[in-house]
Amino acid sequence: MSPIILELLVLGLGLFLLLFEAFAEKQNRDLVAWLGIIGLVVVFLLLQFGKVSSHSGVAGYTQDAAAVFFKKFVVLTTIVILVMSLDYADTLRAFVHGTSLQAGLGEFYSIPILTCAGMMWMASATDFILIFVSLELVTVSFYTLVAFMRKNAASLEAGAKYLILGALSTGFFVYGVTWIYGITRHTNLADIGQSLSSIPAGNLHGLLFGVMLVVVGLGFKVAAAPFQFWVPDVYQGAPTPITAFLSVGSKAVGFIVLLRVVETFQRLPAVGDKLIVAMVVLAAATLIYGNFAALPQTNFKRLLGYSSIGHAGYLLMAVASVGAFDAGLAVVVYLAAYLLMTLLSFLILIIVAKHSEGDDIAHFNGLGKRSPFLAFGLLVAMMSLSGIPLTAGFFGKFLVFKVAYESQQFLLLVLGIITVGCGFYYYLKVVRAMYWQSAAGNNSVIPVSRLSTVTISALVLLIFLFGIFPQLGLGLLG
Amino acid sequence: MITLLVHLTYLGPLVAGLAILAGLPARKTAITGTIVALVSALIVFLGYDHHAGGYQFVSGFPLAVSWDLKFIVGVNGLNATMLLLTALVALAATWVSPTVEEYSHRYMACIMFIAAAAAGAFASLDLFFFYAFHELALIPTFLMIGIWGTGNRQTAAWKITIYLSIGSIILLVGLIGLYLLVPDQQRTFDIPRLQAMAASGVFAGAGANSIFLLLLIGFGTLVSLFPFHTWAPQAYASAPVPVSMLHAGVLKKFGLYGLLQIAFPLMPEAARHWTWLILLLLVGNIIFVGLVTIAQKQLDLTLGYSSVMHMGYIFLGVVSANLIGVDGAALLMLAHGLSIAALFAISGELRKQTGTLDYRDLGGLAKSMPLLSFLFGLATFASIGLPGFANFASELLVFFGAFKTATPGSVFNGYQWAAVCGLWGLVISAVYMLRAYRGIFFGERSQRWSSVRDVSLAVGWPVVMLVAVLLLFGFAPQIILQAVEPGFRYFLK
Repeated sequence: MSPIILELLVLGLGLFLLLFEAFAEKQNRDLVAWLGIIGLVVVFLLLQFGKVSSHSGVAGYTQDAAAVFFKKFVVLTTIVILVMSLDYADTLRAFVHGTSLQAGLGEFYSIPILTCAGMMWMASATDFILIFVSLELVTVSFYTLVAFMRKNAASLEAGAKYLILGALSTGFFVYGVTWIYGITRHTNLADIGQSLSSIPAGNLHGLLFGVMLVVVGLGFKVAAAPFQFWVPDVYQGAPTPITAFLSVGSKAVGFIVLLRVVETFQRLPAVGDKLIVAMVVLAAATLIYGNFAALPQTNFKRLLGYSSIGHAGYLLMAVASVGAFDAGLAVVVYLAAYLLMTLLSFLILIIVAKHSEGDDIAHFNGLGKRSPFLAFGLLVAMMSLSGIPLTAGFFGKFLVFKVAYESQQFLLLVLGIITVGCGFYYYLKVVRAMYWQSAAGNNSVIPVSRLSTVTISALVLLIFLFGIFPQLGLGLLG
Repeated sequence: MITLLVHLTYLGPLVAGLAILAGLPARKTAITGTIVALVSALIVFLGYDHHAGGYQFVSGFPLAVSWDLKFIVGVNGLNATMLLLTALVALAATWVSPTVEEYSHRYMACIMFIAAAAAGAFASLDLFFFYAFHELALIPTFLMIGIWGTGNRQTAAWKITIYLSIGSIILLVGLIGLYLLVPDQQRTFDIPRLQAMAASGVFAGAGANSIFLLLLIGFGTLVSLFPFHTWAPQAYASAPVPVSMLHAGVLKKFGLYGLLQIAFPLMPEAARHWTWLILLLLVGNIIFVGLVTIAQKQLDLTLGYSSVMHMGYIFLGVVSANLIGVDGAALLMLAHGLSIAALFAISGELRKQTGTLDYRDLGGLAKSMPLLSFLFGLATFASIGLPGFANFASELLVFFGAFKTATPGSVFNGYQWAAVCGLWGLVISAVYMLRAYRGIFFGERSQRWSSVRDVSLAVGWPVVMLVAVLLLFGFAPQIILQAVEPGFRYFLK
């Protein structure tokens, strides 16, 4: 079976659900989400157990171990996002115009599947044209989703900000690609890599300019400082499941592309050395900004926004160490861990926020009493995010520090040590709220739907599995 | 058979903790778990054949073949001793832990997890899990101090957590550096194999000195080496009694254990390079922190600072790098762990009865609490290092070890000066401990304390047990020394 079929399947599923939503007016909209979940589970099983060949027959499309790994995680993420969306439906309904009770929900459940298809393409794309097209599929569907709550000013503001900055970053990216094409005559990364050695010295500045523009464009996507300023507002304003999707999915694919670009160009010292310096600067700025700005946050959703910038810093640290043997592995493992723990935090945030009328950290006060299950889940997520051993998060951090040490990035190591300390503070602030403080007003028990219980338990289990049996994670990579 | 018993030393408390969370009766399950751990630790310790030496009862399974990452446990004399210490203190801590009204299950489970983390760290012969287990104790400690602590508990909880997390991440970077010094194809997390490699000079390469410094700062923070010690006194004063006992008595020794098992055996050259720094800092521990201890007005803070101060002696033994000194350090790790645990247990009992630990409020309690006062006296004498207790034997060895570094006929060297400071430190610790003893138990008894009840032996027996073990090893220190010596001889030759 050609690997492209899987992407087409997901794309078809998304389009089918959109049509289904348009024509089957009488059906309960939750059915759309359930169909989406079932369809994606099938795709996941095909990825895991199906006989997918590694040759697609399409130029600029590669199905290497990293791509397969990423596709699995993208599909998994989308499934969890749909689960979250079901929990979020009540909140969403209040902010959407419509004649019927469930107006708009169908689109809200089916557009993420299109995003998923775009991300899957992107994991395999090694041609700038293909990368660009899939990037746009992802970004354009996010424009819709971020601004989905039409009656909510914050959501609209977030949508406008995301649209403007997204368009700007796309501009940077495309302009960079044209420069690279002008000098190398190729858009395929493999061909570009081969032609690097024959570029006349006078053209190297132009090539460097193009590569830097591409890095700026991708910097916006992965929320690296100083291109991060859209993050806090957009994350806070967007519907929470979409925030989770943005912080996990859009970051993951951004990093896959960034890694492929950096790996291609670092072979040419004249460009590669400067590229590494740029990565170090980006990583340092991102680590400092993300972690220090997270310290005083009192809103949990915003805190997760800043923490996602901080984690981008650690990922950039690994990208900057691309000379080390395991750098690619470090990025992949870190992203996988980040995905598990971030999705877990957002899922619990949605459930708690629904029953506490708000998403400040103070709304988590006394959660240990109100729902020991949710509190334990969030405890595991926070442990993993701050990097306590035997959780997935530690394993990612360990690898990142290892590759940074191997390639002698001592400045980043020192910053990493300091920012890990910061992380302990702001993540444990949430733990403190849950267990030390007692709930102020609302002391009621929080009900958790069966689907969410299953999802939370699965995520908690996966976090420990990856932390204790790293071979499992490495094995998935082949 | 004994091979599998090593696993029980950490699985006992771990399973007990999980079972308690699942709903089994907290106290009974916890005590069962710790007794299982103690019995297995005892059998492992007695079963260790010191004539054969090396690592024994090794078992485990691979986790990541490509990195040679394994989950593997086993003992040499040193970690068999540490496992025994862990199990003894864990049982005592569980027994004396008061019944809390709210969340008694979570309380006990947290204690069990801390005990399991300590035992797991000592039992692991794999660098990865050695590190991982220790750090697992962070979260239960944070929760315990934050929820059930006393006094300024929130500040104390934050301080210990942030300090220890930064210390351990520095340690992690140092360990990564150590790991990367090994040539590409032979890289391993296996501690015995790393030790075997050290003989071929793998770890003497470029950067060894800076890696050792990282390890020293990392492990040093965890042991409260001056000036990275400020987290300890406040945390021990505010923590619930079982946590203080386990942390001051056992978990803190992890850093020293790491230095003795990893940093010094692997990088003796680099250790020599930094000797001057360690000597300077350990004098800071003994004299500076010692004087700070004298200034304390409360028993819990006195004990907290004194436990920081006594680390100085252990460092002196470690750094002297001869068999006598290192032997003394190992014995002192055990002795200090037992004596500080006994003292914290007694202080907890005192607080329960009187509600205060301030010397200005207390006095004359020996009249109403003869047994507790007697036990406190014994523990105090042990802590000061009176002959008969293991503390005396070990401190003596440490000082001998420091003096043995001298070249005959020359002037005093740094070790000897540090030892002289250490001897003055003994005077300092006698001053503050005896003052505490007098301030609490003797002198005028105020009317408030006339109705205070003494502890019964049913509650106090763990302290009796700890003191009895101290006396046992005080009269027969060779039981420990001959067990730990093969391991040390290996890298000191």
